Amino acid sequence: MILDNLPALLVVLPLLGAPLCLLLSRGRPAWVVATLIAWTVLAISIVLLWQVRAGGVLHYAFGDWEPPWGIDYVVDRLAAYVLLIVSAIGAVVLPYSWRSVSREIPARLHAIFYTLLLLCLAGLLGIVITGDAFNLFVLLEISSLSTYALISLGRNRRALTSSYQYLIMGTIGATFYIIGVGLLYMLTGTLNMADIAARIASMEGSSTLHTAFAFIVVGLALKLAMFPLHLWLPNAYAFAPSVVTAFLAATATKVALYAMIRFVYTVFGPAFTFGEMHVQLLVLPLAAAGVFIGSVVAAFQHGIKRMLAYSSVAQIGYMLLGIGAMSVTGLTAALLHLFNHALMKGALFLAVGALVYRIGGSRLHEIAGAARDMPWTMAAFVLGGLSLIGVPGTVGFISKWYLIQAALENGWWPVVVLVLVTSLVAVVYIWRVVETAYFAERPADAPPVSEAPLVLLLPTWVLVGANLYFGIATGLTVGLATDIAVGLYAGGVAP
Amino acid sequence: MDWIGQYNYYVVFFLMMTGFYVVVARGNLVKKIVGLNIFQSSVFLLYISMGKVDEGTAPIIVAGEAIYSNPLPHVLILTAIVVGVATTALGLALAVRIKEAYGTIEEDEIHEQDDDW
Repeated sequence: MILDNLPALLVVLPLLGAPLCLLLSRGRPAWVVATLIAWTVLAISIVLLWQVRAGGVLHYAFGDWEPPWGIDYVVDRLAAYVLLIVSAIGAVVLPYSWRSVSREIPARLHAIFYTLLLLCLAGLLGIVITGDAFNLFVLLEISSLSTYALISLGRNRRALTSSYQYLIMGTIGATFYIIGVGLLYMLTGTLNMADIAARIASMEGSSTLHTAFAFIVVGLALKLAMFPLHLWLPNAYAFAPSVVTAFLAATATKVALYAMIRFVYTVFGPAFTFGEMHVQLLVLPLAAAGVFIGSVVAAFQHGIKRMLAYSSVAQIGYMLLGIGAMSVTGLTAALLHLFNHALMKGALFLAVGALVYRIGGSRLHEIAGAARDMPWTMAAFVLGGLSLIGVPGTVGFISKWYLIQAALENGWWPVVVLVLVTSLVAVVYIWRVVETAYFAERPADAPPVSEAPLVLLLPTWVLVGANLYFGIATGLTVGLATDIAVGLYAGGVAP
Repeated sequence: MDWIGQYNYYVVFFLMMTGFYVVVARGNLVKKIVGLNIFQSSVFLLYISMGKVDEGTAPIIVAGEAIYSNPLPHVLILTAIVVGVATTALGLALAVRIKEAYGTIEEDEIHEQDDDW
């Protein structure tokens, strides 16, 4: 009974928990409710992944309205894989949030904070699980609106302008998406993704279809911060509260990328995307530019959060390179990096959050010499940084390894060089932090700091541990990502 | 091709581009929200237009009518309007907070006040 309704509960639980948090109106009970829900959601995700691990597909027709008329929730391996990472990040971040939030956000806003975080989680999970194009728009807006509000809770007043800028760009992206869905509806008369896919298969050459594709891809590219549509991202990450940054960096862009993969591969199909629309001609240069420029700009930042944000732009570029490679190996690399980047950026931003908790800021000159007093926090940062660089034994190595393999398969030497060079740039910007924190003297007038409390260290180290574990025991991630990629390319791709 | 019969789509794309231009070109935060609203309204019109069936009446069952307009786009757009209202409210709320923090809602004046990070 419960088992049959798991796909619905996954979204309904956080959605119901959100008003409950608001009604509780006090920070601590709201936090307890939110944490319990996040853990339950993680458990549900694990069960769902277990159920579809062999390649089955779970369908859940909302209100018993048969698809394509009703809204259909679909759990296949791709969805379950992304659900797992999103809910895992949620489950790790929430226990961390209490101490960090009580330091960074005024007490009267705590209940609202957890309400928003649960709404955001519900929206993100919903985007992944829904099989209905319009439902995806609604859930996209639920997660986006709560994200704008979460970002504006940052202490610096620039959080407000960052949030506003993200609101404008995010709404344009979502509206582009909805225009595309409208055109698809005109063409096919259906909103169910599987149904759309079946009906547009015979519509090659339709200009409405081409326009719909363009609107949807550009709209989602705005949400996933594809270079040069990434302008909202650095400020949003830099000025949001630390917990929000960690949560968003690890989930929001990944979910938008998932939506892109969903449309490109299961709705439009790789043959149409690469054979008729030649998306690779646009995506590859932009992804390469994003990788290069994101990395280089990151190396010149004075704030660690902003540095990691620009690094995120570069990492998204890696994922898009994988998609642009038009091969099973490339898509595997993209999916692996989607999972792995969530782990590394989650760990890094949680470590930065611990620094902010003790020091009050995370600009380079503020953390000078902090490693002596906060060894565990900085050690977590270093390990996360190594993973970001792609040192063997960490998850970063695995995804870059597959990306380079994909590039070699296509004979794309410049891409290989690009990946290697930008990894070296990553060494530079991680090293700047390490150098300042370990070797610089603590400023004489700086107040004394001590190690971050255990409730902050533990979640950080859980993610650091995951970085190392999945870097060595690659069976789950690589096996699953390969299976998904093979499945998505099953229809073949016209060269 | 029936060019006159598609006039509502011309309106849609005129509004769409107008709104988009206002969002991009204006530096005033409230005017940007106005542009965003025009932009979104054009999409509402697009959906409503596609729901129209020739000779169709409102989709309510009444005796003597056999052809109805497609109600689904209307329902979708009700949802989209709600989303649009929420976005506008949030955007304006942010503009108010920005005004409190900076004393202005002109983008270039805001940028002048923030030292570079």
